[in-house]
Amino acid sequence: MSEASVVQVKTTPEDLLNLPEEKRRAAIEQKEMPIVLAHEVHKWYGNFHVLRGINMEVFKGEVIVIFGPSGSGKSTFIRTINRLEEYQKGKIIVDGIELSRDVRNIEKIRMETGMVFQQFNLFPHLTVMQNITLAPIHVRKWPKAKAEEVALQLLARVGIPDQADKYPGQLSGGQQQRVAIARALAMQPKIMLFDEPTSALDPEMIKEVLDVMIELAESGMTMLVVTHEMGFARAVADRMYFFDQGQIVESGTPEEIFTNPKEDRTKLFLSQILH
Amino acid sequence: MMNREVNKQYSSGEVLAPPTERYTVLGWLKKNLFSTWYYTLLTLVTLYVLYAVLKPTLFWALKQAEWEVVVVNLRLFMVGQYPADQIFRIWIALHLLAFTAGLAWAIWLPKARRIGAFLLLIPLGLAALPFISGFSRLNWILFDIFALAGWGLGIWKPKAMRRPLIWLLLAYFPILILLILGVEPILKIVKTNLWGGLLLTMLLAVVGITVSFPLGILLALGRQSKLPIVKGFSVLYIEIIRGVPLVTVLFMAQLMLPLFLPPQIKIDNVLRAMAGIILFAAAYMAENVRGGLQAIPKGQHEAAWALGLSGFQTMYYIILPQALRNVIPVIVGQFIALFKDTSLVAIVGLLDLLGIASTVLAQPEFIGHQREVYLFIALIYWVFSYAMSYASRRLEVALGVGER
Ligand SMILES: Nc1ncnc2c1ncn2[C@@H]1O[C@H](COP(=O)(O)OP(=O)(O)O)[C@@H](O)[C@H]1O
Ligand SMILES: [Mg+2]
Repeated sequence: MSEASVVQVKTTPEDLLNLPEEKRRAAIEQKEMPIVLAHEVHKWYGNFHVLRGINMEVFKGEVIVIFGPSGSGKSTFIRTINRLEEYQKGKIIVDGIELSRDVRNIEKIRMETGMVFQQFNLFPHLTVMQNITLAPIHVRKWPKAKAEEVALQLLARVGIPDQADKYPGQLSGGQQQRVAIARALAMQPKIMLFDEPTSALDPEMIKEVLDVMIELAESGMTMLVVTHEMGFARAVADRMYFFDQGQIVESGTPEEIFTNPKEDRTKLFLSQILH
Repeated sequence: MMNREVNKQYSSGEVLAPPTERYTVLGWLKKNLFSTWYYTLLTLVTLYVLYAVLKPTLFWALKQAEWEVVVVNLRLFMVGQYPADQIFRIWIALHLLAFTAGLAWAIWLPKARRIGAFLLLIPLGLAALPFISGFSRLNWILFDIFALAGWGLGIWKPKAMRRPLIWLLLAYFPILILLILGVEPILKIVKTNLWGGLLLTMLLAVVGITVSFPLGILLALGRQSKLPIVKGFSVLYIEIIRGVPLVTVLFMAQLMLPLFLPPQIKIDNVLRAMAGIILFAAAYMAENVRGGLQAIPKGQHEAAWALGLSGFQTMYYIILPQALRNVIPVIVGQFIALFKDTSLVAIVGLLDLLGIASTVLAQPEFIGHQREVYLFIALIYWVFSYAMSYASRRLEVALGVGER
């Protein structure tokens, strides 16, 4: 197994960072430059080398599906993008801002990225409405009325317009995950990160969440999705990345991955999950 | 018609199915006390011990004891040397408490009517005691009236009263202190060395818990801090205080506190004891709060951070509200323990409930009445501790069902 990354990326961090701020922004808008760029990212947990040189570029409006065996580092990687995890080597640039130890950069990037977790992580002591409006009011400093208006629109968009006054514990799993999506969207992020959003759901609720995600993808949102829902990938993914043992083993369009995978490990894994 | 009849019979037949022994006294006795030979033995031994202890105790309490010592000194036991013409201030504080409690009961425990009614009987019972003054009698009745007024208001406008209730609860502590201590020129200052008896015991416990609460939160957060100095100080403080008995902290407060203060500031014994109790309670409070903080899943922090909330906002809006709600029962437990522990201030010369006991026993006409006095005091401690732990269990249930 080669230590060097299999997947190569066209843009280098310098290409992006050397541009003046205005031009950088325009280039990202024009999809000439990636909105998310990961360059040779390495991470260790103690001695355990969990990310071993990840390279990835995601352009505005793209939907990326990340899949691979359990423990391969998918969650760890997606969580480095909004700095829930630190990394020790390499560079990650999100929306033209380099992720570093600088707290202000971390705050900026967290405002531009929304995240949806496997376990929903709604705030149980707050109503659905309060869950959604908390960050817009206290981080974006919106007036309460505006935040609530946006929240109601989002609840309608995810298909639960009449649950605003309930507490998360009173909702089904599928409804909770849709509230979590609405909560993330309320901050009007440019990028949405999903870490196995349907894995904790009963089968009959998976579709209602995937439908919301598909609608979101079709609306032009930039999305990075860790999932094994291959139907979703086939329907909306622009590119798929196969992770194994902390590396990207293979990447390609859904068409390429499903009909003509190049690597044996990809073939084996796909055959396991598709039967 | 026919159908309904049949159904009724069918269902009533079902309900009656369980064996009858549960519903008769004899059946109950047999099942719970005499089901096997060793249960029978245990029951008999217990009954004998109860008999051996209770019979002489009751005989003494009803036939031999001279309760006059308690009756004559009742005011001393209740409020110490608090001036008789100012006692109305304590009653005002109690009536405000009754009103607030009634309101809180209506809003948070609207279904627990029967227990509420039962609690209202206690002041009525006190008002019926033969040896109290007419003024006290009137005030105990007023106490119930205020409680009912608060309750009625809460039932009438539960939504609108939520916010005033919170304000009332927050304001109660400062109002209490102002009432008892006084504010010139409206209310004459009553020096703390005149506070005594149950009043002092209660004030020490209430001030101890209330002031140690924010301190405990700060210490708990400090203990989790990434800043080594803050963390080091918090850990050191908590571990030192938890490693020494309260009595030593009280002595330290009496003897050492003057060393830290400029000589022109003189603080009296009661304030020193309060400081000692607060410092002591804060360490335990910190550990209770820390337990609550650690019980919050990591995903709650992560979700808040991912939304862009700062560390402070995450704590303030997400983590602390959940953690504190979870530790309310533990804090009530700590309060009850502190209520009893304050009796140690008698050792440093304060006239709390226990301290008053020794002064009463030093009165020439009541020498040798230790049994009556200490039994009476034990009864007061027990009644209050039990009432509070009972109320906290109800509170726990009420908080548990609400919103999860
Ligand atoms: N906090 C941690 N400390 C040590 N090892 C960890 C930690 N978090 C994850 N790991 C390990 O890192 C590897 C990758 O985990 P993860 O990114 O969650 O995988 P995936 O999401 O692909 O299933 C796993 O082997 C896991 O055991
Ligand atoms: Mg994972």
